[in-house]
Amino acid sequence: MIKRSRWTKFRESEGATGLLMLSPTALYAILMLAAPLGTIILYSFLTDGYLEIIRDFTMANYIEAWTNDLYRSVMIRSLGVSMSVTFVTVVLAFPIAYFVSFHVEPSKKSLWLFLITIPFWTSYLIRVFLWKVILGYNGVVNSGLMGVGIIDEPLTFILYNVNSVVITLAHAYAPFAILPIFVALEKIDRSLLEAGQDLGESKFVTFCRVTLPLAMPGVVASVLIVFIPTIGDYVTPQLVGGPEGRMVANLIQLQYLKLDNYPLGSAIAVSAMGIVTLVSLVFLALTRRYLKGPKG
Amino acid sequence: MKGGWFKVYALAYLLFLYAPIIILPMFAFNDATVIAFPLSGFSTRWFDEMMQAPALRIALKNSLIIAVSAAVISTTLGIFAARATTRYRFPAKAGIMGLIMLPLVLPEIIVAVSLLVVLLGLGVNLSIFTVILGHVLICTPFTIAILSSAFQSLDQSLEEAAYDLGESGPSTFRLIILPLVMPGIISSLLISFTISLDEFIIAFFLAGTEPTLPVYIFSQFRFPSSVPVIMALGTVLVCLSILLLTIAEYFRRRGIAKSGGKDTGGFL
Repeated sequence: MIKRSRWTKFRESEGATGLLMLSPTALYAILMLAAPLGTIILYSFLTDGYLEIIRDFTMANYIEAWTNDLYRSVMIRSLGVSMSVTFVTVVLAFPIAYFVSFHVEPSKKSLWLFLITIPFWTSYLIRVFLWKVILGYNGVVNSGLMGVGIIDEPLTFILYNVNSVVITLAHAYAPFAILPIFVALEKIDRSLLEAGQDLGESKFVTFCRVTLPLAMPGVVASVLIVFIPTIGDYVTPQLVGGPEGRMVANLIQLQYLKLDNYPLGSAIAVSAMGIVTLVSLVFLALTRRYLKGPKG
Repeated sequence: MKGGWFKVYALAYLLFLYAPIIILPMFAFNDATVIAFPLSGFSTRWFDEMMQAPALRIALKNSLIIAVSAAVISTTLGIFAARATTRYRFPAKAGIMGLIMLPLVLPEIIVAVSLLVVLLGLGVNLSIFTVILGHVLICTPFTIAILSSAFQSLDQSLEEAAYDLGESGPSTFRLIILPLVMPGIISSLLISFTISLDEFIIAFFLAGTEPTLPVYIFSQFRFPSSVPVIMALGTVLVCLSILLLTIAEYFRRRGIAKSGGKDTGGFL
């Protein structure tokens, strides 16, 4: 009896109403995201047969994924590319976020943010392809530089290698990096900056000791929001990377769609996710002292 | 001038961001089959050719069906989630929301392969329907982000006033809340439509023999002779998405102004 009345109480409570209301969305995420993710983890421990998956538990896929030289070099390269992209993107993005937050009139801020986000939403494939045109042998950069007379022969190191992948990805993820930093900068109480300068600090020192530490949560967020998805990018390495610019997503696609080896593909995918998660956690731990802030 | 050097940098940065979009129409209207400089002359023949490609028309139809369905379903799911999280406190909220928002950072290829494995395992044939399933998953976090700010700026006393005046829960939702968050809903529909229309990887893995527009575009990159037509198509798509996004932004701002909130800018 007591149990039942407790249940009735719970059913009428705020918590139950909220959970019930969230349930369609939550159920969808569980069925279409959590369960499939669980399945590829399971698959990564199974054996690949000729036309079917054999239900034999094995570590062979992981051993293959981690010891095969080709897979290992692709994995290391992907990690390197992601880190470079993240670094370039965040460093280039910070001044923009700072400019929009501190130097643009409040009424024009949303217009600037809108201008920054538009390219992000438009035709990803075609944008990547156009970088090929910009960086190519007869491309914009080469014909421009030759026209001005800085170089005599087209530069070849800017297309079909890791450099072009980094440039293209840095372009694609720019808005992702700007917005979190902007939000963090907007939250800074401007009187703190005045206080810093009233106490005799120069503008630069105030920036380093007040603005930058307070903006750190935004910087950390943008690092993660750029780093995690870039490692799994398929289109950019495929189109502008050339043979030496292939990344882990190309490898996963190859295993799944071309070689039909789901267990090995799953093991590579799970390993990549594991590495990304680990690197992100280490990064979070290293920057933890900036994230606490005055009010947690 | 305020922030002189910053402004120069900001304009240079915008040029970097817009470089591909500026170059795109140059080649779409260029009278040459090779995509390279120098340009050779003005022509609209790629647009004419685009109108005549039958495969493109099929891909466009598939994409539109997928984008409309994904927009409607993900916005509906987004309304439930945004309403639940902004109005109620309940156990395991952070964990459940973390899972729902996960596709925002999860590499799309992971979403694509994991869905592929499960669907094939269940014996589901790949089709437009399976692409919709995947697109709803990646659109929902964006709809929640947009709708949460719409629901957040709602004044709860309006709702209480409706209850006090004798309205039931559902009719309060319909008469008071829905009109106030309507701009947010329209904005969310447009954004998720744009995301779905542009999404490639999930469609590439899950479309089977029914290509979407991006899958068609990707397949055409292999043939240098069909690239100019793709440039023309790209120009049309870019104009279309800029139009949709501008309308979405207009409704998003109006929604925030309507419910008396402060504009913090941006969709994300």
